Parts: sequence; structure tokens; C-alpha cells
Amino acid sequence: MKITFPHMGNIYIPLKSFFESLEVEVVVPPPCSKKTIELGLKYSPEFACLPLKINVGNFIEALENGADTIIMAGGVGPCRFGYYAEVQREILKDLGYEFNMVVLEPPRGHFLELFHKLLTITNKRKHTYMDIIKAGKLAWEKAMLLDELDVLACKARPREALTGQTDKCYRIAIEMIDRTKEISGIKQLRQEIKIMFDDIKTRVESNPPRIGIIGEIYTVLEPYANLNIEKQLGEMGAEVYRSIYITDWLRHNLLPSSLKPREYKMLLEMSKPYINCFIGGHGQETVAQVARLAREGFNGVIQLLPFTCMPEIVAKSVLPSASKKYSIPVMTLVLDEHAAEAGFRTRLEAFVDMINHKSEVESLDEVFTRN
Amino acid sequence: MKIGIPRALFFYHYYPLWESFFKDLGQEVVLSNPTNKQILKNGIEVAVDDACLPVKLFHGHVRDIAGRADVIFIPRIISIEPKKYICPKFLGLPDMIKHNLPDLPPVMDMTLNLYNTKLNILEHFFEIGKYLNKTRLEVMKAYYVSHKKFSSYKKHLRKYSVTPYEILTQKNIKTIKPDFTVLLLGHPYNLYDDFISMNLIKKLQKRNVKIITYEMLNEKKIVRGTKKLTKDMFWTLGNNILGCAYYLLENRKIDGIIHVASFGCGPDSLVGELLEHKVIRDYKIPFLYLTLDEHSGEAGFNTRLEAFIDILEGRKFSENNISSHG
Repeated sequence: MKITFPHMGNIYIPLKSFFESLEVEVVVPPPCSKKTIELGLKYSPEFACLPLKINVGNFIEALENGADTIIMAGGVGPCRFGYYAEVQREILKDLGYEFNMVVLEPPRGHFLELFHKLLTITNKRKHTYMDIIKAGKLAWEKAMLLDELDVLACKARPREALTGQTDKCYRIAIEMIDRTKEISGIKQLRQEIKIMFDDIKTRVESNPPRIGIIGEIYTVLEPYANLNIEKQLGEMGAEVYRSIYITDWLRHNLLPSSLKPREYKMLLEMSKPYINCFIGGHGQETVAQVARLAREGFNGVIQLLPFTCMPEIVAKSVLPSASKKYSIPVMTLVLDEHAAEAGFRTRLEAFVDMINHKSEVESLDEVFTRN
Repeated sequence: MKIGIPRALFFYHYYPLWESFFKDLGQEVVLSNPTNKQILKNGIEVAVDDACLPVKLFHGHVRDIAGRADVIFIPRIISIEPKKYICPKFLGLPDMIKHNLPDLPPVMDMTLNLYNTKLNILEHFFEIGKYLNKTRLEVMKAYYVSHKKFSSYKKHLRKYSVTPYEILTQKNIKTIKPDFTVLLLGHPYNLYDDFISMNLIKKLQKRNVKIITYEMLNEKKIVRGTKKLTKDMFWTLGNNILGCAYYLLENRKIDGIIHVASFGCGPDSLVGELLEHKVIRDYKIPFLYLTLDEHSGEAGFNTRLEAFIDILEGRKFSENNISSHG
């Protein structure tokens, strides 16, 4: 049995580690590329959202490389994501592929169900619950480390003296994390990565504007879908923070609601004046994040969403009010398969320029009012 | 008090219930005008440009009613049956309206959430009653009466095979001995709005086509149809569409299927795809997928519809003329 799964940012590293420590062969789909999107576009419904199309492309490429079992996440709505697997199965079946699709539904109360399903996937006779917990722990540690790495990289990028230095370190770090097989090595690895990033030469003057990236999770996490927005903004001299990281996604999707962290509930409170109830996906969080980022002194917020994403459209329609109330600039970028890099970059540049200008004017105001 | 109800979205599902309920509580009900070009234009002007056509249109209807009503009734419809949602846009509809149209009369945005239990419908009506200063007893009474009316309305649809369209618009078009039976799938607010659907129902009936919609099937049949799904469908409308289609396909009672979806509709992009794969692979029945948007030209729409009916005619003709003995 050869397992594959869709790409979403760096999530393939913990997933690969999880299944490989359970001695299952893994076929990681080739990184998302133009070919992936073209394949996905050709066979997916026209009005489906971008993640579905890229997923289909990933699956086709992985199946061509010899995978025969697809692992996919499920859901119970109202966002479309919950029904992705069903549609994708039909599409791939019609294309004539032979495969087995395992859908991991979020546990409705029964946490052990998930464990059981994982055991069935990974050869029941050989493994026990303990093995799964062990493999899961290593994967979790890796996911945490990857998130820390992303934060480090976003901090270093606008400050680097030599363009490209951070990306080089980032690539090396990813490889190091991917190669680790033992949970005992993680601690040392964390140290090494930190030292590596500390060594990056910085420019002297540097107080970069801070921009928060919020919105639909797939477009926030997958650099190919968002045209590498973090890197682009970093190169323009802005420090970028994401609202959602891989570990957050795993927490939201796999843990029962009683185990969710308390900050999460407090965060949702902040969206109450704008959106009063759960609207699926991360729509409510998106609005709450604007309030949070404004309170934490960010200079701007960028919302990302795939074209026709339902929850984010609702969020988008109330964002102008939130933006006005907290006086923080918010830009919405809608991504689809036709997103062209040049136009995208121009908009980002304009946004960063506007933020710089705004803070300049504000600091001038301060000077004038004091006199 | 004059309660304004926009003639859009769930008006096409719940209107008989709402009308009777409010009238029974001694309120006056005002409806927005039937959709026209100006209403659509007004809606597109204020709505987010990514929203789907029905939601944009809803904005237009709210603007249309705003001057004539004391309050506007825009319930937050989360779920109308257990374990099913409507669509994320419905969940946030009152928020969208309030933020896109700041100068509105007060909005009644009571939550209707039957996700956990059907009994919550009473809570919903109690909340409305509280807003209107009515006692719980009065609300109970009004609900009892209107619920009865609503169920007899639904029974009427099933018994006489009429579409809600004919009742809500009070148009009565009879087809005598129809040539074909076509299953018309889609969300009620797209199908029964003459302007948006470009008179689709009238056009079909003119060609002597009998229309079946999911309202004409009882719940049991729909549930039987949905048994064919590998995973529970978590959207009510998608569930009805698929359940109804699978049931009728299995029983071979229809000559063709027309699926009407609006541009940018999330659920329909997946529901339509599932259905199309299934119909083409297993049943070999003509399937027409019509997408509506704010600038769909009527000429192209008509051409596709006529071509579809021609195919139905062609199939009937060849079926009758080819000997089954070879």
C-alpha cells in the first residue's frame, strides 16, 4: 500500500513522518506547479473553489507516481470542504484510476474512532495504539517546529542584509526537519535552526511595518496558491504574521470542542459585533483576527480567499466596517487559477507603500501636535 | 406594525408560514415588488462583488422594501432540519445586509437553528413574538394555526403536483397530456423568480413539458434517494436535489433533467458535479446544466433550452421507431 495526501503548505512533512514511522510507504505528490493546476482545472467542476482543483491535480500526479491510497480530510459543513472527498472520488473514478480513498472525518464525540481508522489504514496486526501515539507525537513536534520556522523566517526576511539569505536558511531547515526520525533529536534541531537564523546578517536601520495575513486556510498556508505572498511581502520590507498555522488547523479539526484552547473562544467573542454566529470555514475567525491584529498594533491586514469561497465572502462584506472601527487598513485578495503574479505584486507594493505613508503621516502628526 | 419581507431567498420556501403567522398576530405584511431590472441593479450596486446572484438580488429587494416597512424581517436561517445547514451565506445574511446597507429600518434577525432539534422552531417564533410584544400563548396559537396552513400548503403541492411558483405568483398554467416529464432541479429562489430564471417554467410549460420539482416528492422518497449517497449531504437544498433526482432516476419516471444553478453558488458547484457524473455514467438521460448570472443573455438561454427539448423529442421519436427485436 502506498499512501498519498494533498499538499497544504508544509503539512506533508508531519504527515509523511507519521506514516513512515508506522512503516507505511508514502508517495508525496510533486510540489504544486503549473502542471498541477492545469490537471486539476481540466477535470474539476468549473465553479468549485481553488483548493479542490489543486487537490485533484495533486492526486492525479501522485496516482501517476504509483500511489494507491488517498488520505483526505472530511467535515460536516457548511463549508464545501466537507464534501470535497466525495466529488474528488467521482472525478478520479471517471478518469479510470484504481485507488482507495480514506476520509478522516472529524470525530463527533468519539475520539477513539479516529484512532481506529488510523489503525486500519496502517496494518492492524503490526501496530498498537501506543505506536500510533508515538508516531503522532513525532509528527506533532515536527509540525510545531515548522510553525516556529515560519515565524522566524518572516521575521528575518525584511531585515536581511543580503536578499535570499533567509530563503536559503529556510530550505536547509526544512530539509533538516524532514530528515529527523527520532523525537529526541527535535530539541537539538530547534536550537540549531535558531542559531542559523540568528546568524543572518541584518541591515542597520530596520523597523519594518507589520502585516497580518488572514482568511481562508488553504490559501494562507499554500505558497503556490497565494503566489508566495509571505516571501513577496518580506522582500518589500514588511514583517508578516499569519493568523493560522498548521498546528492550529490540526487542533481545530481533530480535537473535540471541549479540548480547544481558551484563547480561541475569547477570539471568537471579538467577532460578535460583526458576525454573530459560526458561518463555516474560518469566516468568523477572519473578522475576529482583524480586531485582534489591530489591538496588537499591526499596520495592515491582508485577507486571502479563493474565488467563490462562501464563508470568506460573508467575512469580506463586513470587513470594511471592522477596518473603519479599528482604523487599520484591510485589503482583500481573491485568488483563482488565473492569478497573475505581476498584477498581484503591484497591488502588494501599493498596499505596503500606503502603510508606510500612513505611518509616516501619523508620526508627523505627533511631531506637529507636540509643538 | 408593517413588517417588510423581501421577495427573495427563503420567501419562496417559507412565505405561507410567515404570512399567516404575522397576520395572526395582527401585523401587516408588506412584500417587495417582483424582481425587475432596477431591483437587481440596486442589489449589485451594494453587495460584495463575489457574492452569488441570489444574495445580490436579496440586497436589491431589501432596498426596495426599506421605505415602505417599519421593520424588515431577515431571519438568520442556520438550519431548517437536524444535522443539515443551508449555506454559509445564509448564516451571515443579516450581518451582510446590515453592514452593506447602513441606513435601514430596524431588522428582525431572529435565529432559526434546527441543527440539534426540530423543537427549536418554537424558540425562533417566541423570539419574534417577544420583539412584537406578544405573550407566549399568543405566539403558540399563531404558530399552531400557521403551521397547519403551511403543512396543508405543502400537501397541496404534492397532491396536485403544482410548483410553489404557481401558488406564490398566482399564475395557473395547465398542461394537458404533456409530451415529456422533466425534473427541474435547483434552489427555489432561482427557479420561481420569473426575472432571474428568465421565465423558465413558463417556457417549459409552453412546450407542453410537465415539470417535477422536489417539493412534489414527500420526505420519505427523498430520504430513499439519498441512501445512494456515500456520505450524508450536509446542505438541505443539495440534499433535496440529490435525493429527489436519485429517487426518480431509479424509478425511471423522467425523460430529462434540468439543473439550474446561479453563478458563484458554492453548494451547487459540487452538487451539480456529483449529479452530472452519476447521470452520465449510470442512467444516460439528457442533462442540462444552466448557470444564471446577472448578465445572462436570454437568446443563448433560449437556444440551449430549445436544443434540450429537441433532444427529448428526438429520443422519443427514435424510441418509438426502432424495433426492439432488431
